[in-house]
Amino acid sequence: MSSHLLEVRDLGVRFHTRAGVVDAVQNVSWHLDRGETLAILGESGSGKSVSASAIMGLIDMPPGEIHSGSITFDGRDMLNLTLAERRQVNGKRIAMIFQDPLAALNPVYSVGSQITESMIVHGVPPTEARKRAVALLDRVAIPEPERRFHEYPHQFSGGQRQRVMLAAAIAMQPDVLIADEPTSALDVTVQAEILKLLKTLQAETGMGILMITHDLGVVTEVADRVIVMRRGEVVEQGALSRVLTAPERPYTRQLLDAVPGRHGFAAREDRAKTETLLEVKNLSKFYGVTSGIMHTLTGREIRALNDVSLTLTKGEVLGIVGESGSGKSTLVNTLLGLTTPSQGEVLYRGQTMLSGDNRAMSKIRRNIQVVFQDPTASLNPRMSVRRIIAEPWAVHKGVLPRAQWRGRVAELLEQVGLSPDHADRYPHQFSGGQRQRIAIARALALQPEIIICDEAVSALDVSVQAQVIQLLKRLRQDHGLSYLFVAHDLPVVQDFADRVAVMQGGRIVETGRTEDIFERPEHPYTQKLLDSRPAEERERSRRKEIPA
Amino acid sequence: MSDMTQTAPLRPESAVAESFMMLWRDKFAFVSALFLLLVTAAALFGPALLPDGAMTMNLRGRNAPPFEWERGWVYLLGADNLGRAVLARLVIASRYTLMIAVSAVLISLVAGTVLGLLAGYCRGRVETVIVRGADILMSFPSLLLALIVLFVLSPSVSNVVIVLAISRLAVYLRTCRAEVMEIRERQFVTAARALGASHARMIFIHILPNVIPTLMTLATLEFSAVMLSESSLSFLGLGVQAPAVTWGLMVAEGRGYLASAWWLSFWPGVAISLTAISANLLANWVRTATDPAQRWRLEWRAK
Repeated sequence: MSSHLLEVRDLGVRFHTRAGVVDAVQNVSWHLDRGETLAILGESGSGKSVSASAIMGLIDMPPGEIHSGSITFDGRDMLNLTLAERRQVNGKRIAMIFQDPLAALNPVYSVGSQITESMIVHGVPPTEARKRAVALLDRVAIPEPERRFHEYPHQFSGGQRQRVMLAAAIAMQPDVLIADEPTSALDVTVQAEILKLLKTLQAETGMGILMITHDLGVVTEVADRVIVMRRGEVVEQGALSRVLTAPERPYTRQLLDAVPGRHGFAAREDRAKTETLLEVKNLSKFYGVTSGIMHTLTGREIRALNDVSLTLTKGEVLGIVGESGSGKSTLVNTLLGLTTPSQGEVLYRGQTMLSGDNRAMSKIRRNIQVVFQDPTASLNPRMSVRRIIAEPWAVHKGVLPRAQWRGRVAELLEQVGLSPDHADRYPHQFSGGQRQRIAIARALALQPEIIICDEAVSALDVSVQAQVIQLLKRLRQDHGLSYLFVAHDLPVVQDFADRVAVMQGGRIVETGRTEDIFERPEHPYTQKLLDSRPAEERERSRRKEIPA
Repeated sequence: MSDMTQTAPLRPESAVAESFMMLWRDKFAFVSALFLLLVTAAALFGPALLPDGAMTMNLRGRNAPPFEWERGWVYLLGADNLGRAVLARLVIASRYTLMIAVSAVLISLVAGTVLGLLAGYCRGRVETVIVRGADILMSFPSLLLALIVLFVLSPSVSNVVIVLAISRLAVYLRTCRAEVMEIRERQFVTAARALGASHARMIFIHILPNVIPTLMTLATLEFSAVMLSESSLSFLGLGVQAPAVTWGLMVAEGRGYLASAWWLSFWPGVAISLTAISANLLANWVRTATDPAQRWRLEWRAK
């Protein structure tokens, strides 16, 4: 028999649904040893989380069924444990952390009591558990652990919450840590810190880490070996460096290829002579803090936008990069007329966009459309695709006579790479990438000059991301569109944007041509953002500098 | 993409035939719809169809037990303390019962929804005023409200409806406001705002259709509560007056005879529960049938 710490052999899991039997994973085999990190890489629906759920006994049976294979952990058969045996393993010898630490922490208990909980369950005396919990908080670099022990989850930032989860997970010094998308909900700079912490903890305790992720960047940062999964099957597995440099399967190559920022910078055309479309001058937005049942102002204020200026010329792609809280959403909302700024001016072709005259504004605003981050949320689930795409014409009466709606919807669907037959379907019948195409079709309906992409590809799988960016590029050429491309991450804008503006704390800290930002960043925050990129990408851009 | 195959293509039949097929596929909803039709028919035509003398007192038949065939089918469910046939009284009572319950539920549903939409959509002071008003309504005992109305206005069926509607209004208002507050922050509403859609469009096209299913389910649950609280109002003399009767009043009247003649309260109680359950099952079906993401549950077996 094997001598591996954790071994999965020929695992097959299927679900019985009313529509028939659905295979979740088939023939999945892998193993994990002490001190090593195995990454399972896959896009949504690839079944990458299923084997971890099977290990932890988290698959609901029925409707789930493990119909083949075995899982052994330290010589023990994990698929035939009694509940009592299961409790001895879960949390103590195999611990797990999740994507959303806010959802995984109970809001009504203090952070300290949630860390001590698993220790007390596994027989550590409470006073001892408390002492160890404080030490653990200190270990995961939470400042003032004694005081923060008594605080509640909402008082911690996203990154700190994930650190707390980590502290709780390593409390019993597990042999294996399963991390399911541990950094996907975090800002890039925070992600880099958490991954570093994971590696340090692994070096200290010698635990094996199973990293489940969709992000190739995370994989390159931490993994020793990698498994690529697709549609419930293992496509490829091997040592990280081998898979990265010499992928054997076309799908792996396609996945590697789709990673943003792999193709250098956007081909630039000469735009010196083109006209300025959008001009933002000294835009600021202060929020007054209200309190009490009559919503009276308290005099305190929050500066969401602070003296922001930028311009967008015709046919240009301006990338706006910032982490959460940088003010990029407030900027987008102001440009869309959803919030009124406190100070400053927004000009579209020299005309103000901030006057109170709603009718005149609606004419101008028609030229600026938006594609939001989450296509599932931005399409009304009770409207057919036809009604969704036709809505702009229903709102702006007189743009297109009703008799032509049908034909125009079909045209728009074709332009974004969907079939005209899809018009009578509803959003839930489409995949995430297709839904984003519908959202793009809606944005195109009024033939705008500018499309604001508010994190428009962040929620999509990398290969889909690449396709959508491809579509946006094509539409730019066909329609002479300009984009304001808002993202939280630098690599996404690298091969798409002509210029990049980096935002932090409501201010634009640096603006410049994309190459300049990536190769000669001046502001320390831009440098920090670039350094937070996973190692492999940093390596690549460094290599590129030499031959030049 | 696999979920694309789940919806059977709509056949070009008429919408009525289509919805009938969908109703047929949900057997519980189908039976519920039949039962509700029966109750409605009883309320509309029942009194005219009953044989003469079905409602007269018959002291020899006082508290006659149910299922004694020799008295005739009218006495199938027994007779009350004055020897009146329970079945006949149930049929007579269905008219006022439905009238009061349906109109009270409808009025509070509509008023509560409108106020809830306003409160949830406008926020700020409008919301504060509406919500505090609802709090006051909720903390005010409905019986006390009934007595005030009784004192000011004359006792009549329409006043019962008003009292019932006002006392249950806050439930819809709070539910509706909570739902609106959640939905107005969803991105498709923001997307509509970004398009320049009017407030009316956002409320009626985007928010309301997503709120209605919840409120429909709530309304059918309220249905039985309203029927029962109506009886306590009638008991106080505010509502329907003898010889007119409602199911709730029949339950209340039979209370004194529970030990000797259980059927006096039992049958009207059954009528109330069956009607409420049917309404609920039917509302559940409507919710499924009108939700694009759920409709396949009623369609896919047809493939």
